[in-house]
Amino acid sequence: MKKEQLLDLYRQMVLIRRVEERGMELYQAGKIGGFMHLYIGQEAVSTGLIAAREDRDRVITAYRDHGVALNCGISADEVMAELLGKATGMSKGKGGSMHMADTSKNMWGGHAIVGGHLPIAAGLAVGDQYAKNDNITICMFGDGATNIGYFHEALNLSKTWGLRVLWVCENNQYGMGTAVERASAVTEIRQKADGYGMKSRRIEGMDVMTVYEAAKEALDFVRKEAQPYFLEIDTYRYEGHSMGDPERYRKSDEVKKWREEDPIGIFNKYLIEKKTATRKALEEIEAAVEDEVAKAIEFAETSPEPTLEDLYANIYAD
Amino acid sequence: MAKITMREAISQALMEEMDLDPAVFILGEEVGVWGGSYAVTKGFYDKYGPERVKDTPIAENAILGAAIGAAMVGQRPVAEIMTINFAFSAMDYIVNQAAKLHYMFGGQFTIPMVIRTVGGGGRQLGATHSQTPDAVFAHFPGLKVVSPGTPADAKGLLKSAIRSNDPILFIEHATMYQVRGEVPEGEYTIPIGKSKIQREGKDLTIVTYCKGLELSMKAADQLAKEGVEAEIVDLRTLRPLDMEPVFESFKKTNRAIVVEEGWKSYGVGSEIVSRIYEEAFDYVDAPILRVAQKEVPLPYNRTLEQAALPQVPDIIAAAKEVLK
Ligand SMILES: Cc1ncc(C[n+]2csc(CCOP(=O)(O)OP(=O)(O)O)c2C)c(N)n1
Ligand SMILES: [Mg+2]
Repeated sequence: MKKEQLLDLYRQMVLIRRVEERGMELYQAGKIGGFMHLYIGQEAVSTGLIAAREDRDRVITAYRDHGVALNCGISADEVMAELLGKATGMSKGKGGSMHMADTSKNMWGGHAIVGGHLPIAAGLAVGDQYAKNDNITICMFGDGATNIGYFHEALNLSKTWGLRVLWVCENNQYGMGTAVERASAVTEIRQKADGYGMKSRRIEGMDVMTVYEAAKEALDFVRKEAQPYFLEIDTYRYEGHSMGDPERYRKSDEVKKWREEDPIGIFNKYLIEKKTATRKALEEIEAAVEDEVAKAIEFAETSPEPTLEDLYANIYAD
Repeated sequence: MAKITMREAISQALMEEMDLDPAVFILGEEVGVWGGSYAVTKGFYDKYGPERVKDTPIAENAILGAAIGAAMVGQRPVAEIMTINFAFSAMDYIVNQAAKLHYMFGGQFTIPMVIRTVGGGGRQLGATHSQTPDAVFAHFPGLKVVSPGTPADAKGLLKSAIRSNDPILFIEHATMYQVRGEVPEGEYTIPIGKSKIQREGKDLTIVTYCKGLELSMKAADQLAKEGVEAEIVDLRTLRPLDMEPVFESFKKTNRAIVVEEGWKSYGVGSEIVSRIYEEAFDYVDAPILRVAQKEVPLPYNRTLEQAALPQVPDIIAAAKEVLK
């Protein structure tokens, strides 16, 4: 990967982190409402994954979607505006934290019914198969989502029909407060793909380069073979499931252990050790991100609310 | 009488019934270690252990299928579906299984199960997480649908529901867990399928339930200041529907409105109004109006969401309209 690209990955990861840190403050100040699921700790996953796609490849994910939105190139302005429920958000203030999409950037949404978007991901791939192109759909979901029927129906269909889907399970060890081993018959989730005769691999997700390389390989396979592929990526969310999670289900030293493997810290070290960037250069990136996020908040706060007419817009297309 | 919250009332009902009957157990997502996503089963896991408070995978079909099966062989499961929006993921188990099996097999076995779930908007959770589809579920013979509006009713009705031999959908409201109300001391139950006059009045009848009750009580207080005495009939159970108190009240007031949080079209109000027209047409002095949610999926934006939900001023306006 070129130097500029590497630095841009760093910028994206820091951007996700800052947007969400400021988002937490805005939530506590009552400016953001509803559920807000933070991606902090998992930044390397979507950053590495989406860096490996071509622009024509589609991305679809669950409600923990701020990172994916930013990685797909949606601006911090729009992400903040959506969080604040403003008309200038990509979903016009109607979606909120859980429902960010910009189809012009091939980001097909955050979806909040657990597992519900997996059959839809298969559908995106059916559409592309029908159009006889070789676009790939990258579908991300949590470990908890692999226990619901939607998951199994979608995987089966994708293999049976030879759909170009890259299934990506972000195994952050918990679905809300339920640890993987308390909810899933197999703790290595990758094995579920075996039941559908699907090629799969499990990787560590705290190092963005590991994710990037595995994703590249997987995408090459899917494109060439016209077959789905299953990638299980181990990761961890540092914050609660959503805002206000009492976190009774995990111990603080477990969280501490994972925090020591901070994906941003790991990548920072990598870039300096490889002499890709100086500490100062990385600090400049951080400062620029800080600015960008401050401007995004300003943009969001000064943006107009949707109007009462907007309430009735887009119920139907015709 | 003690004044407790809706959350405490529901929690007490569950605990009392678990203490009384070893066949009662709870299953659902995050009911155990987490303590319930609305904290209703907080402390249950420590008290009763994992056998009676079962954390499940995220698998609504498996939750309800397992509850139905266990009920068929004599247990009394209380299955929690985290919110009613996820009940759609398990619609087949509610509609095609729970509501049908007893009838279809000639009554050979019963399905003594309760599905506890949470409905309602107003928390900025967006279109898929904010629905009040109570009427949809009340459509099916074979299923009973209960939705209380006060802590006392919640407690007494839930206890009856757990003891009942029928499958019962018990719908709580996401914004009402902190609502406080007087609850009788000691053991009591409230029968399923009985509506109740929650406030007496002579000028008009407000028919409502659950969140609508909270709003209607506030509206009635304001109307009273203007000299209008509204009588409030709380349905409490949507199926089987007890219309007697509604007819009685209506025959006295001759004017009515129906208040519900769900959408107006094909809603609870549609049912109530038709029944009044069918059974008490001679007593109608003014068209009966419905106050309900605007016909839109609920948006995230707070102002728009509040604009779409029925509010106290909407009830007051409708009341004045039927009194014209
Ligand atoms: C069908 C359905 N059931 C339950 C929920 C409530 N819920 C939201 S997120 C979640 C946990 C999902 O865990 P996982 O898939 O591991 O994703 P993570 O939150 O860890 O990213 C649950 C139970 C839901 N949104 N949809
Ligand atoms: Mg998870």
